[in-house]
Amino acid sequence: MNQQYKNVFRFLISTLAVFLLLNTSLIQAEENYAFKAGHASLQKWLLADVPPQPADNPLTPEKISLGKKLFFDPRLSGDGNMSCATCHNPVFGWSDALPTAKGVKSKVLGRASPTIVNSGFNDIQMWDGRKKSLEDQAMGPMEATVEMNMDTKKLFIWLNNNEGYKIEFGKAFPGEKIDADTVKKAIASYERTVISNNSAFDKWVKGDKKAMTTQQINGFKLFVGKAKCADCHSEPNFSDDGFHNIGLQSWGNKNPDMGRYAQRPLGLMKGAFKTPTLREIDRTAPYFHDGSASTLEEVIEHYAKGGIVKTNLSPSMEQLDLTTKEKQELVSFLHALSSPYVAITLPELPR
Amino acid sequence: MNKLITITTVFSLFLFSQYAASAEYEVAQKNKAFSVKTLQIKVGDVVSFPNQDPFFHNVFSLSPDKTFDLGSYKKGNTKKITFDKPGKIQVECAIHPKMQMTIDVQ
Repeated sequence: MNQQYKNVFRFLISTLAVFLLLNTSLIQAEENYAFKAGHASLQKWLLADVPPQPADNPLTPEKISLGKKLFFDPRLSGDGNMSCATCHNPVFGWSDALPTAKGVKSKVLGRASPTIVNSGFNDIQMWDGRKKSLEDQAMGPMEATVEMNMDTKKLFIWLNNNEGYKIEFGKAFPGEKIDADTVKKAIASYERTVISNNSAFDKWVKGDKKAMTTQQINGFKLFVGKAKCADCHSEPNFSDDGFHNIGLQSWGNKNPDMGRYAQRPLGLMKGAFKTPTLREIDRTAPYFHDGSASTLEEVIEHYAKGGIVKTNLSPSMEQLDLTTKEKQELVSFLHALSSPYVAITLPELPR
Repeated sequence: MNKLITITTVFSLFLFSQYAASAEYEVAQKNKAFSVKTLQIKVGDVVSFPNQDPFFHNVFSLSPDKTFDLGSYKKGNTKKITFDKPGKIQVECAIHPKMQMTIDVQ
């Protein structure tokens, strides 16, 4: 009898322990987020107004002004018809609305033009992370024969003989040469001003209860919860600056794009590409590095399936048990991630 | 009494020397960072890399003195590796390349 009491007592204690453990984890999950406008738990999603800058290239109005001129100047390309803005066009969310970019003489290239919105917040640049910073990246497209195809020797001779640019460079970089170093610093400075951090979502995070609809708030709950989107599209710029193979159809092609593997020859990185920001996503269709999804509905459907081609699939990808309503909520939330349109005034270029 | 102290000291030194011969260290992966930027260890020591983030991490090195890839694993799991040669080993997470640290094997 005594032993029976002991067993019952043990059972009760174990049940209580399990109950407390479960309860604690539920409380912890709730503590991670309170889905109320302005709640402290949401504040980590707010993005700064100004991205970090390298010590040797602090932002100045003069560099930004010069960088803007260079960014929109097609004379930086071999044929004189492509500027940075050709592929990173402000009217298309600073991308080009094409599945994959078109380079010199409209040659179709292998990957989509990534938006430069908030690229100043990226720790690493390009789909495959082969460039460390905006400065490191800036000359790349000009030098690439399949892209802007510019003879940079000729470019620097031309810039050094252009009276207008000489004045602009003199203001931005007093006493310095007009060369790759100053060109890339100016372009990077301008790119750091292309910021999206004032979306309906941001307003809701700051406390505006009406900024997001119930459907969008439900979408955010799924985004950070069941659908696990935030595992990779993490705060505050909706990117982990990480690399994942998300199992796109094109990964099953013969000789597929190996992505990050070319930079880091590890099995895990075969077919892995950098997580893009989701800010301004309404304006940056088509989606994915191969431009294979035309709509956000298609994107959500892809993730709901857990990818199509499963070879070397990221372990973060798994089939999600999402209802039609939940998929709609996710899409609705994504619509809340674009800021009011900022009209760009085109600069007058030095002749 | 003196004898007892001597025996204890010798025993402790023995234990310590055993421990020093192959110590095990832990470098956690949390908030997309390694818990330490640098770690000094001795040849033969073992380093374990527990994942404390709610998503997958990887641990690898392509350093000439120690090339390894522990694959990717999720929260609550850990993998360990023995460093059997001296050198400065650059350790990274392939998924999150900002996660970097150096192990100085002496």
